[in-house]
Amino acid sequence: MSERAASPDLLYSDVEEDLRASVRDLLTDRAEPSALIARTESAEPYDLKLWHTLAAELGAAGLMVPEDLGGHGASARETALVAEELGRSVAPVPFLGSAVLATSALLAAGPAAAEVLGRLASGTVIGTLAVPLTTAPGADFPAAVAVNADGTLSGRVGAVADASVAEVFVVPAVGPDGPGLYTVDATAAVVTELVSLDLTRRISDVVLDAAPAARVADAGTAPAALRHALTVGAGVLASEQVGITDWCLTETVAYVKGRYQFGRPVGSFQALKHRLATLYLELVSARAAARYAADTLAGGHEDTEVAVAVAAARCSPIALHAAEEALQLHAGIGMTWEHPVHLYLKRAKSDELALGTAGKHRARLGRLVNLPA
Amino acid sequence: MTAPTADDLRTRVRALLAENDPKTVARLDFLRARFDAGLAWVHFPAGLGGLDAPRSLQSVVDAELAEAGAPDNSPRQIVIGLGMAAPTILRFGTPEHHRRYLRPLWTGEEVWCQLFSEPGAGSDLAALGTRAVRDGEDWVVTGQKVWTSGAHLARFAILVTRTDPGLPKHQGMTYFVCDMSAPGVEVRPLRQITGEAEFNEVFLSEVRIPDSQRLGAVGEGWKVAQTTLMNERVAIGGTPMPREGGLLGPVAEAWREHPELRTPELHDRLLKLWVEAETLGLAGGRLRQQLAAGQPGPEGSAMKLAFAELNQALSGLEVELQAERGLGYDDWTMRRPVHIDFAARGPGYRYLRAKGNSIEGGTSEVLRNIVAERVLGLPSEPRVDKDVAWKDLPK
Repeated sequence: MSERAASPDLLYSDVEEDLRASVRDLLTDRAEPSALIARTESAEPYDLKLWHTLAAELGAAGLMVPEDLGGHGASARETALVAEELGRSVAPVPFLGSAVLATSALLAAGPAAAEVLGRLASGTVIGTLAVPLTTAPGADFPAAVAVNADGTLSGRVGAVADASVAEVFVVPAVGPDGPGLYTVDATAAVVTELVSLDLTRRISDVVLDAAPAARVADAGTAPAALRHALTVGAGVLASEQVGITDWCLTETVAYVKGRYQFGRPVGSFQALKHRLATLYLELVSARAAARYAADTLAGGHEDTEVAVAVAAARCSPIALHAAEEALQLHAGIGMTWEHPVHLYLKRAKSDELALGTAGKHRARLGRLVNLPA
Repeated sequence: MTAPTADDLRTRVRALLAENDPKTVARLDFLRARFDAGLAWVHFPAGLGGLDAPRSLQSVVDAELAEAGAPDNSPRQIVIGLGMAAPTILRFGTPEHHRRYLRPLWTGEEVWCQLFSEPGAGSDLAALGTRAVRDGEDWVVTGQKVWTSGAHLARFAILVTRTDPGLPKHQGMTYFVCDMSAPGVEVRPLRQITGEAEFNEVFLSEVRIPDSQRLGAVGEGWKVAQTTLMNERVAIGGTPMPREGGLLGPVAEAWREHPELRTPELHDRLLKLWVEAETLGLAGGRLRQQLAAGQPGPEGSAMKLAFAELNQALSGLEVELQAERGLGYDDWTMRRPVHIDFAARGPGYRYLRAKGNSIEGGTSEVLRNIVAERVLGLPSEPRVDKDVAWKDLPK
């Protein structure tokens, strides 16, 4: 059995609370629910102006990147906090693909990635990691893309998150020298956005046909860099799921207080109160697990893999439960396209599959803590 | 006078130890000296076992004394006295009450119990019907209390009674200190599903309690009881839980030692519970960090509820992991344990005893109401008993 980190900081620091306030103000102004719903069926499902403000002006794209590489030298803790706020608003911005997955892969890749990393960190370029969003930490190195003899890449990757707005892909590919990580300009790829269950985080097919590529990690570092990116991704996603849970609980409590049936607020019926109390308990647990994952990721603690597996396994079903309860307790209005609860349900259901299901994380945890099948 | 610092307390501990060598001084004499030195509960007033110091500094004293090999007052054996009776006596008692009760309560010379719950007043404690009728300088008390731990050992009890049945239930209650050796007090063990009897039924038949034993004003018993119960929740919440601590420990151990019992279904249940236990441990840690940072959160009342459910699921799984041994039970002998020790008993005992976790100290249903109303701010159910005289309530 592994040991928990000795004194993890499970709270939010004052600096983190300041960052939260800035991000929340921006999202309250610019990601208002009815506008989000209208945007889902527009020609621009992603809000790139909002992304620019968030990424470049508030610096959210470069939080994990050291200052000498063009970032802000913060950590996974602050990144997770932004993810929490983005989960609360389901704003359509490529934070997960660019600032989390691509950025952490490039950070672990080494010096060859520094130039691209700087552009991602400054928010001037959007990137994503070219793996199916369902890929779990610890999965086998993907073999969907091959390195050709001339160094170009060919292959097809399905269900890549945020790919339709990405300008650069970080691509795991296998060649004669073994596995490697490559950067590919999006103009050299054929990207087809799929009709996505999640209306505010789209998935795409990415096809590479002899696409020019630059190798940023070789067989020695690529597998670890990819595993690191997926671990950071799963840990940060847990915080997004905390944000989803928080929004669903808060909105639903407000709704049942004001909704009258049988001559009283429906929130005064014990049957509903107990369900909301249960959600509150789940939120308390999810927040503690997600904060612990973020803190161990930030400190590079040896308990990180356990912490991330625990957070992913706990927060994913909780966020989905919160969204499903939000819909049921809103009842009729919750079933309409007009009410935003469906955006959260679609995000929570997609997140259930993203970066490893809860069951996969539990199976992995069983190996990590010596509880074999 | 400014409040003592950690260093002041260390100095006082050294002085206490210099005058009372734990190796030579008898246990009770040492504890009395510690009380008189103000090092019993440092947040209590000077002269009453404390020094008006911040409560957080108690750990400094406890650690120094433990290191010196000093005896403690076996706090687990006297939790009702320390956690519930003492804060209530301090707040509502007279100087004479303070002088008479607090020192022997803290040293454990006099054990206390709590006469609150009744067969007809469980979750709805304010419905209680044990009658106290004024007779000269005394009150004459008749009724039945139940789920009283330690009543068979107790010298005194904190007791809530009904003094005016003509008022709505939250009014008309009065709070007393009851002498458990008084004529008319009868204690009977209440055997529970585990075979043992941690608790008692207490029958009160025309027990005479002097009015000088009253805590708080006549009719203010509910207010006084709130102080007691608030301290109960503080006492229950927030003990640190390490990874694989509590009831998860024996389950994980059984899994590792008995590969022949493993199935995919049991494996997934085990890992789900492992994850829940780990997150609850983290949530407890987070709660303590919030309290330490001066951000008291409402999570405390939620933790007990979550742990009750976890304990029940874990202990249930543990019995299944025993295969044919799960059909046995360690011992049905009727015993009178002073405190419960899950680790010393078998899986069947743990399974049965954990059922009480969602009932004692507030049922999970009542705690969900508390979370919904006090944390989430949801409206209460319409109250049909609020303005009705207690005597007219359906029973």
